[in-house]
Amino acid sequence: MSEVIVVTSGKGGVGKTTTSANVGTGLARMGKKVCLIDTDIGLRNLDVVMGLENRIVYNLVDVVEGNCRIKQALIRDKRNPSLYLMPSAQTRDKSAVTPEQMVKMITHLREQFDYIILDCPAGIEQGFRNAIAGADRALVVTTPEVSAIRDADRIIGLLEAEEFKQIDLVINRLRTDLVRRGDMMSASDVVDILSVSLIGVVPDDENIVISTNQGEPLVGNGTPAGIAFQNICGRVLGKEVPFADFSKGISFWTRVSGIFHKV
Amino acid sequence: MKHFFHRKSSKEVAKDRLKILLISDRVNCSPEMMEMIKADIAKVISKYMKIDAKSMEIQITKTGSKGGRGVKTPALYANIPIIDLNQ
Repeated sequence: MSEVIVVTSGKGGVGKTTTSANVGTGLARMGKKVCLIDTDIGLRNLDVVMGLENRIVYNLVDVVEGNCRIKQALIRDKRNPSLYLMPSAQTRDKSAVTPEQMVKMITHLREQFDYIILDCPAGIEQGFRNAIAGADRALVVTTPEVSAIRDADRIIGLLEAEEFKQIDLVINRLRTDLVRRGDMMSASDVVDILSVSLIGVVPDDENIVISTNQGEPLVGNGTPAGIAFQNICGRVLGKEVPFADFSKGISFWTRVSGIFHKV
Repeated sequence: MKHFFHRKSSKEVAKDRLKILLISDRVNCSPEMMEMIKADIAKVISKYMKIDAKSMEIQITKTGSKGGRGVKTPALYANIPIIDLNQ
């Protein structure tokens, strides 16, 4: 029984691609067969975040246009044998694919994978329509800022209108020092405003920048963000994972990982 | 000086702004119109009992009863503090 999850946010730059890469990698490490699909046609990013940009031959548009078979476009991850990436096209635009074509392609992929994760483009136009067309559930990513929360609320409304069965919230880039000072909304403030179920809180972590530079998702590597994404993966699988408190851990873990990086 | 000690944290400001903003986003009507609805409701209720119009709140939520096609319909909630029932 496969599950199709769309990672979306409305606003750009809040961490959809990072979340897709880390949740996909984490689920694959937990023994699931996972397919990541970059649906951002014209602005592909998931391939560089995954470190697979040099291996692209065919892409999503080639698949829907019949230039290649689905299998030819899938790139196997360099570290996880059960993880595949379907890259997006860089030289086309969103109108190259229709929601019907996405549904058809996902139906084929369902036979081979446990989880299919769709990285949605920013906005609520055709790219968003394409990405949500074949999905069963959604992870809505937001940061604790007014603009991102407003857009997340709009997205949740649109997903509810499409009768999504499950919509879960990921709060990204939370800074506990600002929350303590009263200068940033806490996770419970955001949940209170959006009234959706919370699936994870990811602290603001410089290790994300490092991991993106290297093209290696940091899920499960002991950094604060890595722990948070690992926990999200567990919750996606339906496990009860307690929410970690990052207010104390950040400096400690950064110090520990900093030592190893230097050595 | 008094103002300084009672200053809201920026988080509180953000939360309050968002709450008002999302109400109008959700129903596609402006904050001014929400204020007008609020004033009209207060006026009608005031005919029958004494209410605290200043601290009354109206809110549109998505947790309303299921509509015809199984889609959640928005519902208008009004919280009106009553000062005196038998006016």
